Amino acid sequence: MTNDLDIFVGNTTLIDEDVYRLWLDGFSVSDAVTLRLRSGILEQTGATVDVLQSDTMDHYRTFHMLERLLHTPSKLIHQLHFQIPPSRQAMLIERYYAFDESFVREVLGKKLSKGTKKDLDDISTKTNITLKSCRRQFDNFKRVFKVVEEMRGSLVENIQQHFLLSDRLARYYAAIVFFANSRFETGKKKLQFLTFEDFAYCAEQMIENWTLGAVDSNVDDMDVDLDKEFLQELKELKVLIADKDLLDVHKSLVCTSLRGKISVYNEMEANFKNLSRALVNIASKLTHNKDVRDFFIDLVEKFIEPCKSDKWTLNDVRLFLTQYMTSAHTVDAFRHQALWDRYMNTIKSCLLKMYHD
Amino acid sequence: MPGKLKVKIVAGRHLPVMDRASDLTDAFVEVKFGNTTFKTDVYPKSLNPQWNSEWFKFEVDDEDLQDEPLQITVLDHDTYSANDAIGKVYIDIDPLLYSEAATVISGWFPIYDTIHGIRGEINVVVKVDLFNDLNRFRQSSCGVKFFCTTSIPKCYRAVVIHGFVEELVVNEDPEYQWIDRIRTPRASNEARQRLISLMSGELQRKIGLKVLEMRGNAVVGYLQCFDLEGESGLVVRAIGTACTLDKISNTAFLPACNSPSKEMKEIPFNEDPNPNTHSSGPSTPLKNQTYSFSPSKSYSRQSSSSDTDLSLTPKTGMGSGSAGKEGGPFKALLRQQTQTALEQREFPFFTLTAFPPGFLVHVGGVVSARSVKLLDRIHNPDEPETRDAWWAEIRQEIKSHAKALGCHAVVGYSESTSICEEVCILSASGTAAVLNPRFLQDGTMEGCLEQRLSWQPGFFSIGSEKGEVDFFPQNQDSSSLLGTEETSPLGCGFCHIPYDELNMPFPAHLTYCYNCRKQKVPDVLFTTIDLPTEAMVIGKGCLIQARLCRLKKKAQAEANATSISNLLPFMEYEVHTQLMNKLKLKGMNALFGLRIQITVGENMLMGLASATGVYLTALPTPGGIQIAGKTPNDGTYEQHISHMQKKINDTIAKNKELYDINPPEIPEEIIGSPFPEPRQRSRLLRSQSESSDEVMELDLSHGKKDAFVLEIDDTDAMEDVHSLLTDVPPPPGFYSCNTEIMPGINNWTSDIQMFTSVRVSRLSNINLTNQTLNKNFNDLCENLLKSLYFKLRSMIPCCLCHVNFTVALPEDEVIQVTVTAVAITFDKNQALQTSQVPAAEKTLQRASTDNEEQLQFPLELCSDPLVSQPFSPAKEVLENASSHTGIPAAQRAASLDKASPLAEGHLRHRSIPSCTNSSVSVVKMTPLSFIPRAKITKYLGIINMFFIRETTSLREEGGVSGFLHAFIAEVFAMVRAHVAALGGNAVVSYIMKQCVFMENPNKNQAQCLINVSGDAVIVVRESELEMVPVQPSAPVSQPTSAGGDVTT
Repeated sequence: MTNDLDIFVGNTTLIDEDVYRLWLDGFSVSDAVTLRLRSGILEQTGATVDVLQSDTMDHYRTFHMLERLLHTPSKLIHQLHFQIPPSRQAMLIERYYAFDESFVREVLGKKLSKGTKKDLDDISTKTNITLKSCRRQFDNFKRVFKVVEEMRGSLVENIQQHFLLSDRLARYYAAIVFFANSRFETGKKKLQFLTFEDFAYCAEQMIENWTLGAVDSNVDDMDVDLDKEFLQELKELKVLIADKDLLDVHKSLVCTSLRGKISVYNEMEANFKNLSRALVNIASKLTHNKDVRDFFIDLVEKFIEPCKSDKWTLNDVRLFLTQYMTSAHTVDAFRHQALWDRYMNTIKSCLLKMYHD
Repeated sequence: MPGKLKVKIVAGRHLPVMDRASDLTDAFVEVKFGNTTFKTDVYPKSLNPQWNSEWFKFEVDDEDLQDEPLQITVLDHDTYSANDAIGKVYIDIDPLLYSEAATVISGWFPIYDTIHGIRGEINVVVKVDLFNDLNRFRQSSCGVKFFCTTSIPKCYRAVVIHGFVEELVVNEDPEYQWIDRIRTPRASNEARQRLISLMSGELQRKIGLKVLEMRGNAVVGYLQCFDLEGESGLVVRAIGTACTLDKISNTAFLPACNSPSKEMKEIPFNEDPNPNTHSSGPSTPLKNQTYSFSPSKSYSRQSSSSDTDLSLTPKTGMGSGSAGKEGGPFKALLRQQTQTALEQREFPFFTLTAFPPGFLVHVGGVVSARSVKLLDRIHNPDEPETRDAWWAEIRQEIKSHAKALGCHAVVGYSESTSICEEVCILSASGTAAVLNPRFLQDGTMEGCLEQRLSWQPGFFSIGSEKGEVDFFPQNQDSSSLLGTEETSPLGCGFCHIPYDELNMPFPAHLTYCYNCRKQKVPDVLFTTIDLPTEAMVIGKGCLIQARLCRLKKKAQAEANATSISNLLPFMEYEVHTQLMNKLKLKGMNALFGLRIQITVGENMLMGLASATGVYLTALPTPGGIQIAGKTPNDGTYEQHISHMQKKINDTIAKNKELYDINPPEIPEEIIGSPFPEPRQRSRLLRSQSESSDEVMELDLSHGKKDAFVLEIDDTDAMEDVHSLLTDVPPPPGFYSCNTEIMPGINNWTSDIQMFTSVRVSRLSNINLTNQTLNKNFNDLCENLLKSLYFKLRSMIPCCLCHVNFTVALPEDEVIQVTVTAVAITFDKNQALQTSQVPAAEKTLQRASTDNEEQLQFPLELCSDPLVSQPFSPAKEVLENASSHTGIPAAQRAASLDKASPLAEGHLRHRSIPSCTNSSVSVVKMTPLSFIPRAKITKYLGIINMFFIRETTSLREEGGVSGFLHAFIAEVFAMVRAHVAALGGNAVVSYIMKQCVFMENPNKNQAQCLINVSGDAVIVVRESELEMVPVQPSAPVSQPTSAGGDVTT
């Protein structure tokens, strides 16, 4: 005897969080049943495999029907089809838009296009995340990107408003959108030690300081694109390295204040000009899209790696960058104080976040 | 021109994309009532149109108001071709026609299409201005209230319970009318939906007229069904109980209606100040055998059963054998009164299953009748005489059965049909009972007038002066006045036999009542009603089911009907035996809520009986079950038998423990044995159809209690015993019943989950024999229950209440089982008698600690006033929320430019996601007549909806399961939306009366018809009641102004 049809419909939609996770993870019904069996649920409840199978199917069907609504979370909130308590709605949305660290590291900064979607097979194999789950995560990125791409106002708030995500998740999505838009390279081997969280932090700093929206809160502002004028102006900073006097003054100011405070004083003194050149060069090149993309590689290659090879501690880096930044203000001939702060504040935060093993 | 209907179309949202090119829709709306149609303007290029139309006004007769549904059609305007329909909304405006119900219908309704399902939502406001019409020849019955609830609704008081009303209307089924046989699915589905809606309206109006004739003002226990007779037509029929109801004005002081069970005590004795005074009746209990079974052998036109009239001679006035005892003369008197009160009625039937205290005097047992008919075309729809005559026949039979049991009335009465091709089984069943005449009398009846006067002071005046502390103040005085021999504070009166013990209609075993020790009671009691609140029960109850299949040969017409008729008695007998065995196995002695469904298919008949078993203290302790073998002297066989016997005994012991059945031992001497031959009973049931030939087995009865003997004489019997033992008890923490009240549990929480589960099973590759069929059917039901327990495990400790199984045989070798029930969590730790306040606190704590685990809406208890109080002043907040989320409230639409709602949303900055303040108000649904831990403050009207859904892309919609799952969810959604639009927040007495599912996988097609009904109500949670003592009805009318308010 086979059951052709087997359904359970509650007035309040029944949601099993464990099954939801399995579904989100892209497991087929039979895999999900196997996994649930392993969890020992039968022993706890005295149910049979048939019951488990039927239950799993039922939940999968529900999730499948809900998926359409999850694509537009505000619809899920206002729809009448499924009666779901608000706390559960929030949970459904949050989990649906959650993503795997290993997946996002593969996709971060890539163009969210069909081409990338075709590579999901490889990503799936590499990360051991099911293709189905990869697709969901990728589609989420793309969907959020599409909606907020052309939108004015705060990126995080736009995302929160349209996708009803928690603050944390909305910030992560803002980072993903920001990275995808500027196509920052994050996948190179040298960058592998960086976590998504590191990038998300950097993205937040850049959005807060370097985009159009950062200057004033005019509604026309866009958070997604870097402030082109600002990038142009950054060229002015070149004087810090191009003018030999300025460079020397700057160096002496930094060295004076750091003497005895920093554990790698000699290395710092020896390397100062290189490091300063690196930081200012990165700034001046940001007008080219190509160099924007390589921003993180440059930071790592030109700054982090040299410091690491000299065994700077995080504290050394912090002391150096702080002094490096503030000392520039006392260099009389240097006139771009505001520009310098806008640039260096972000660079400092990013470097400190990225300076780890 | 006694009515003006006004309709305003406010807005739409989430519309489907109808224009692929622009990904938008140019929507407009047609509003149709009767033959008048209005249209809104086209709202171009939007999926969230803001029509904000003028008021469309229809001037109509109130007759039409009752019959016609309001039809709202949403269309996509197309300049070059025909406009495409997006979907429809049918609104039943009946609730607006009586003053005490809703005043306005306003809210978001899902736009429904029979092919695509729900496609967006539309916001509509509907009002009715009624003019008084004193025309006494009017055809309308506006003002008569209808309730699905099968008890007196909670905020009303029954002044008079008039009795049975019934009506049926027939029509051609549009599905079978298309002459060219080229079926256009959407058109034919919509024609059917509309027709059934019309017929329901007409039926309700006609029943209303009958009620007015009886001088009633309401119908309680209204049950409407439709029979799809295929080519012979469509029958919509309804039964109900006419009453005169009084609204209880000061509802604030009413005892909370949450759980009738609260009033029940496990062992009440004196702690209870005012419980069960009634049962003033004499001693007339009922008989276990309960069963007057008489499937009518007739089919087609042949007149029905022969046994009917034999017992018609009333045992009534006869004073009965026990007349010599205490209650003799009174009994006769009471009988006479009741008799007169009921005689005027053609059918003294009541569809109620729970009664005002004192109404039910004695219960005689279950009466049922079935009849097999051949369907033929209904030639003249205006005179559905044949169908009427069929039902009249059946009812007559029921009436005579009741008389045979010494009863004048039938309570818990219901009717049903099962149709397969041209054969139809009509069934009716109820519980024979003796009623207290005072509720039935009209002032007109002379014989009763005197009586009535005499107890009026005790009843009516007290009632009105005290502000109605209870529906019926206990009228001790009335019973003493009536000279009742005992007021039976022990709540056992209803168990006492109503018939004459020397002239019993069937062999039965009587003992003196274990409570009062004065009157006779049967050893087992079967009823179709709910457990009376005054009943005393030991332990908890449990769901008991008997399941049975019988193969039959495929045959045509009369031959088919004959073979079905021949099978019926055997099925009834066996169902009864199974019930009895299972009851004994549970250590219980009474069944409530018994419902036996016989379903006919092409090549088989299915029987499914469900009931709730309990242990009534008034009835004797059930004996065990004894197994007897027929072939003695066979060692291994004997061993086997004794092994089985041991298993059975173990099971009984285990069940007693499980259900807390530990009756106090009562010494035999006290009870006495009124009958010298107590053992005679043991073979009673079998003796009905077999001639009990072997007396020797009687010796097997052990000890003082007579045992129930199961004879293992063939493999069949073996199977029986096996199946007895294969019923698995529910897992720990679960209880189940099919009645409103679960004895032994009364500390409900507000955590409820109503659900419908459907299974369709194909019996392919099975050697079809009765045994394999039985086993398969049994497994199907058991697995379904197991599945439910598993799904609802997070609600433990929990009770499944009002578990309602329906079986259908849609095609050869296919069984469909549908279950609807409500799971209610109860608080295990709480003592029975503690007050409610700590209870609420407790729930609250739990809710806040583990609300992630909760299925229901724990937040209702603590936070989130927006969700739980749709009409609270939080409206402003809600509006804000709506605008934030990009869906502007409708009122503002006019003042805003036509910027897309999306763009508008962006302008408003906000930092907190709005997930927490959902704008969709919660509507609870339950098949019970109450919501636990809440009080019904207002009934808003009956919900009676019929939907058809069809698909031609079955695979794409997830196969049959995906299709039906989505459809049932849609039906729930539409019910909730209608209730919310009426201003309600719950549906009680919800029932899915029909779920007809057909598929054709080869064509990738499926179709399903669903009919649901219930009572829309406003409930207020107990915890709120305590804080706000008076919750007037004022807030209810608020949605009027809240045209686009998202609360709906």
